[in-house]
Amino acid sequence: MSTTAVADLPAPSSQSPVNYLNATYGIKSWLLTTDHKRIALLYLASITVMFLIGGIAAVLMRIQLIEPQGALVQPETYNKLFSMHGIVMVFFFLIPSIPAVLGNFLVPMMIGARDLAFPRINLLSWYLYIIGSIFVLYAIMSGGIDTGWTFYEPYSSAFSHTHVIAAVLGIFINGFSSILTGLNFIVTIHKMRAPGMTWFRMPLFLWAIYATSVIQILGTPVVAIALFLVGLERLFHVGIFDPAIGGDPILFQHLFWFYSHPAVYIMILPGMGVISELVTCFAKRKIFGYEFVAFSSMAIAVLSFLVWGHHMFVSGQSIYAGLIFSVLSFLVAIPSAIKVFNWTATLYKGSISYDAPMLYALGFIGLFTMGGLTGLFLASLAENVHVTGTYFIVAHFHYIMVGGAVMAYLGGIHFWWPKITGRLYPDGWARFAALVIFVGFNLTFFPQFMLGYLGMPRRYAVYPAEFQVLNVMSSAGATVLGVGYVIPLIYLIWSMRYGPAAGPNPWGATGLEWQTPSPPPTENFEEIPVVTAEPYNYPGPKVVIRG
Amino acid sequence: MAAPAPLHDAHEADHAHQFEEKEQQREAGSLGMWTFLVTEVMFFGGLFCAYVIYRSLHPHGFELGSHLLEVKFGATNTAVLICSSLTMALAIRSAQVGKSKATIITFLVLTMLLGLTFIGVKLYFEWYHDYLDHIVPGIDFVYRPEWGSFAPEVQMLMVFYFFMTGLHALHMVVGIGILTVLTIMAARGRFSPRYYAPLEISGLYWHFVDIIWIYLFPLLYLIGGRYSTGGH
Repeated sequence: MSTTAVADLPAPSSQSPVNYLNATYGIKSWLLTTDHKRIALLYLASITVMFLIGGIAAVLMRIQLIEPQGALVQPETYNKLFSMHGIVMVFFFLIPSIPAVLGNFLVPMMIGARDLAFPRINLLSWYLYIIGSIFVLYAIMSGGIDTGWTFYEPYSSAFSHTHVIAAVLGIFINGFSSILTGLNFIVTIHKMRAPGMTWFRMPLFLWAIYATSVIQILGTPVVAIALFLVGLERLFHVGIFDPAIGGDPILFQHLFWFYSHPAVYIMILPGMGVISELVTCFAKRKIFGYEFVAFSSMAIAVLSFLVWGHHMFVSGQSIYAGLIFSVLSFLVAIPSAIKVFNWTATLYKGSISYDAPMLYALGFIGLFTMGGLTGLFLASLAENVHVTGTYFIVAHFHYIMVGGAVMAYLGGIHFWWPKITGRLYPDGWARFAALVIFVGFNLTFFPQFMLGYLGMPRRYAVYPAEFQVLNVMSSAGATVLGVGYVIPLIYLIWSMRYGPAAGPNPWGATGLEWQTPSPPPTENFEEIPVVTAEPYNYPGPKVVIRG
Repeated sequence: MAAPAPLHDAHEADHAHQFEEKEQQREAGSLGMWTFLVTEVMFFGGLFCAYVIYRSLHPHGFELGSHLLEVKFGATNTAVLICSSLTMALAIRSAQVGKSKATIITFLVLTMLLGLTFIGVKLYFEWYHDYLDHIVPGIDFVYRPEWGSFAPEVQMLMVFYFFMTGLHALHMVVGIGILTVLTIMAARGRFSPRYYAPLEISGLYWHFVDIIWIYLFPLLYLIGGRYSTGGH
């Protein structure tokens, strides 16, 4: 890139002025910080730990499935592995990933503010996250949970002999972390924008974060109360969802999916926001159809609350409800497709450079499209009945959550890393890792589409011998994917100390965050900026023509 | 707070560094509370939804269960809470129009006392007596012969009763905590016609908790033809 820095510079404190990283020192200055950028880093460290824990469970599952009779563990242990993988990855990695790390760091900087509206509540969110994590880790350490991440009734209250109460309490507490983060972002985006930063001059990342926050504050309380009721039912042996005493287990599924389907969009919407930033920067083009991309985020947020029943086509809900949910689920494809088409149109005649963040962005567009299109299969009633509870579902949502959300998260981390740390990472390694992750991901999850279509059910520790070839492929892919995740972990940590200085704007990007030094000072801006232009004011394709 | 930002107002202590203007800070606080109340609506909404579904599935059991509750205490508490909303509103108004700090404190303390009255009635006259009557699910619940096969449904109504009123009472306790802080702030002379945002924002919360009770009271206490059929 355009930086002129030499390779081995001394530590940042000696060459850069006072910034948020070196303004104060000591463990207390971090644990009691109210600086949104430091809280972002606290989240970055803690969700990375949770990602590794969830990842270990995935590795053990893939080892188990190398052999039809199970290569590693007893079926009971396998149940605990997939439950742990799901709970940790969904509630403690994916949901906080982009909002709590990149959102925390970027929301105030992108709108030209000194901090979020409620800095202390922001710190409280992180502590709630940590307390919630401790409960769940306690549940895992003391013997695990075997209900799956969905805690379906009546199994979770009347039959499971594992640590369900600790786990649901952890998720309950963590839910408030998510709610308070969303609340903070909503108020900040409404009330803290710099002069001239109108709604339609906001970077699209902020529209995506805003839509995500709306889902967080509307959906999370419902799953919180549903899981709390599961805990109560289990603790006091009273009937709420247990059909033996007049309860209705389907009601639990409704309350659970009322949040947990929108939660999918909590995971993917911020990713879409990141991709809008990456595609414009590395194609050096204004976004194609800004308003459409912005409103498609809001449309997804609204529609997300109307489609939960497609998780319950075979649960016994009314067939008419199933029909309506099927139609509404198809509708989600429209705003999602608008985004994909607009990103592609933005690339058209762009001056594209293939830096590491862009590789992740292009990977996202391809993999998200695959995940989205298979989502249409699942929205149609008859097809859904055929593949319900099979590896087709597993492959579908991993294309969205790993191929989509995790790729976007990594792309975003690579894009804003120079801003966050003031350092550049080795570009060659970064591109190599992006490629390894893309290959490993497809090798892991594409065979699962085939397995599911052939009828292999999910959540089983053993399987018929005819499925072995595809399962071995998937496990081999998971190994590649695991290596792909470890490489960035190593060079990003390395770059914090040894990476060359990044300079304020290594990518030549627009956006207020790039007008600050890297790393930024504690209150971001010496003087609150005045915004006078549209976002993504790149020179555009003319640059290409002039050569 | 880190480095102080340039201030445009004399009340430096009330001005958080991340805001450029005090008006912006007040609006942010107010929007924050409204957003939080939306979350609360969804939180209780999940419970109300479950309640409505089970009541429509088990109308008779819920009616029998409702008759275990004492309307007179529920009604008294409703009146107590409505009065507390009035005193809360008067506390805000006193600050708004520049009444003395003693007036603000009086209204805040009155609000707190009414809140404590509510909790006292709930704890002693209702929950404690329910315990003596063996109708606390999960702790001591004895099926009565007159309920017949409806006994599990009666128990379910009582589960919802204790969970919903318990959650509501928890919100009341939090509210009384907030009122304590406000009273201390008022005693230090922090409120004036120029600065009363904490009162206003806490008032929103207090009124919301009252409104939840206004819904809980008829839904739990007043089910079925208690008086037309002779009641108990």
